[in-house]
Amino acid sequence: MAGSTRGGPGANALYVLQGNIPPRAPPLRRRRLIDLLAGNLFDGWRASLLTIATLLLIALVAPPLLRFLVFDAVWSAPDGAACRAPGAGACWAFIWRKLPYFTYGSYPLDQRWRVDVTLAMGAVLIVWLLWLNAPRRNLAALLFFGAYPIIAFLLLHGAPFIGLPRVASDLWGGIFVSLLVATVGMVVSLPFGVLLALGRRSSLPALSLACAGFIELVRGVPIITVLFMANTMLPLFVPENLAPDRLLRPLIGVALFASAYMAEVVRGGLQAIPNGQFEGALALGLGRWQMQRLVILPQALRAVIPGVVNNFIALFKDTTLVAVVGIFDFLRTVDSARLDPVWAGPTIAATGYAFAAMFYFVFCFAMSRYSLFVERRFSHGR
Amino acid sequence: MFKMNVVRTLFALGLMIGCAQGAQASLLDQVQKRGFLICGSNPGVPGFGLPDDKGGWTGFDVDFCRAVAAAIFNDPTKVKFIALSAKDRFTALQSGEVDLLSRNTTWTLSRETGQGFLFAGISYYDGQGFLVRKKLNLSSALELSGASICVQQGTTTELNLADFFRGNNMKYEPVNFANAEEAVRAYEGGRCDAYTTDASGLYVERQRLTDPEDSVVLPEIISKEPLGPAVRQGDDEWFNLVKWTLYALVNAEELGVNAKNVDEKAKSDRPEVRRLLGFEGNFGEGLGLGADWAYRIVKHVGNYGEIFDRNLGEGSPLKIKRGINALWTKGGLQYAPPIR
Repeated sequence: MAGSTRGGPGANALYVLQGNIPPRAPPLRRRRLIDLLAGNLFDGWRASLLTIATLLLIALVAPPLLRFLVFDAVWSAPDGAACRAPGAGACWAFIWRKLPYFTYGSYPLDQRWRVDVTLAMGAVLIVWLLWLNAPRRNLAALLFFGAYPIIAFLLLHGAPFIGLPRVASDLWGGIFVSLLVATVGMVVSLPFGVLLALGRRSSLPALSLACAGFIELVRGVPIITVLFMANTMLPLFVPENLAPDRLLRPLIGVALFASAYMAEVVRGGLQAIPNGQFEGALALGLGRWQMQRLVILPQALRAVIPGVVNNFIALFKDTTLVAVVGIFDFLRTVDSARLDPVWAGPTIAATGYAFAAMFYFVFCFAMSRYSLFVERRFSHGR
Repeated sequence: MFKMNVVRTLFALGLMIGCAQGAQASLLDQVQKRGFLICGSNPGVPGFGLPDDKGGWTGFDVDFCRAVAAAIFNDPTKVKFIALSAKDRFTALQSGEVDLLSRNTTWTLSRETGQGFLFAGISYYDGQGFLVRKKLNLSSALELSGASICVQQGTTTELNLADFFRGNNMKYEPVNFANAEEAVRAYEGGRCDAYTTDASGLYVERQRLTDPEDSVVLPEIISKEPLGPAVRQGDDEWFNLVKWTLYALVNAEELGVNAKNVDEKAKSDRPEVRRLLGFEGNFGEGLGLGADWAYRIVKHVGNYGEIFDRNLGEGSPLKIKRGINALWTKGGLQYAPPIR
């Protein structure tokens, strides 16, 4: 405050520019590689030093990593003997052999086509839904949110009246269960999150208190605690035949959790909408729901795309927590497969976890790129 | 204090509900009506309970569940396995979520008196042992004086180790690690002369070494870890059924009856064999089963020796020796009361 005078900063304040900025060369329209290198990587001694340090670090880390993952890796072997050989790298033969188990868990062999069909249908619908130029996307939405859950349930769980034998959920496992938990969490959390966020901002005290109470309660407890409670305490209180299915318990827990977190993200978006938008909508004669649906939510949700995707990515990785209640999700199948005495060896655990890391990275990175694409697409109109 | 009371009340409540259910119909009736057995299994211990490539459960404890299912349904596949963590297993049994717990659980006094379980026998005598390098040329743990020993910190293993060396007036240097994996790495790296944990675990860890043939498990067992299947108290019929399933497996081995020769043995004149397979007397009736209950077990699952061999012994990668788990006639501890 010392330098400032009554009307604003003085003309001789340190941050006021004295004179004009010297002219610079215009940025090149088409950049050559050499310019790119010189301009970005070796622009001044600081950047050069950092570039060299980074290159050194890569040179230090990459060769052993590549050697382990690619050059010394065992690509095919009937059992763990080849992978136990001294100097052997990652044991991809193990992953290859166990891939069916990683994908389907203990799902009966002759029924696995049902999982394939379910996953394929889901993939088609999701691509249809997410591909912004696709025709009739509202039909896709209707199918995905309306018909698909029912079809998937009938296919996976079985329906004796159409000739599909029951497959109890204790046999479900692997990648398909991870995807199932994540999809249920995402699909449930967005609408419920929006409703909770609207409820929390409602002017009705009872509704707003209930929503705020739910959100704070769920956010205030670690998800692992809820999973344990559902799993160990619930069966003590209800008769044996009324206790919910062992897979349903964590599904409900995950969905509740994701909804509470989503509600706060959406509320952030709602908070950012200026009052003029509400007033404008009201002045047009829109009703309460029309206003939310046509004016407020489209803007609010667009603003929170990064937050929503951030939640989805966190949720996708949190699905691994269901393993603590005895569900064989993907990571858990990797964890138990690595114990197989036929394959046991010094590199098996590292190979298994490297594979798991790649799997989770591919999915999370895809989600992240898609969200960037959508953001860019929506920003065109601005 | 308040917290403890709450926990106790909850347990009491749970037990009351469990008992109320038990009063409605015997567990065997419930299982028969349901059409399958629900077995609490281990989420992943090689040799005892582990999913295979196709996702099916295999292992020593798993086969015991299959034996019970075979006795009841004449079909070893009528079992639903619920993977239980060490924390989950007791509530799952108390609450009636599983009919039977077969997941290497140690038989102790407090688990029977405090938690309301009954152990149906000892299916596997485990205990703490030592893994050493072959080139040290040791034949007994008593020659380990002055050795450095890798051990997992804060376990009963660590305490047993101290007791053993003090009791035998030997010196040793413990090298502590937070988890088993680190301890094994350290052993492999030559940081210590021996690694100690439960013997069954030693065989599993040995398998993960770069050269498993380079190390041996010493014969001494320095602690008692009797593992066996457990059931809830309050249903003696069910307890008997589980207990005698185990005894039938052991008796079958003793009488030389196995899955391959069981039909041939059915023609045998030996009274013990005829009683076991249900051709003399009707011993299954007292268990609520048919006369051929033990025949079904052996036919579908095999005898104790076969189960041991294919999951833990020479027929498996673990290659665990029978040791104290051999029959009493062969210098071991496996002994079953007679069927008569």
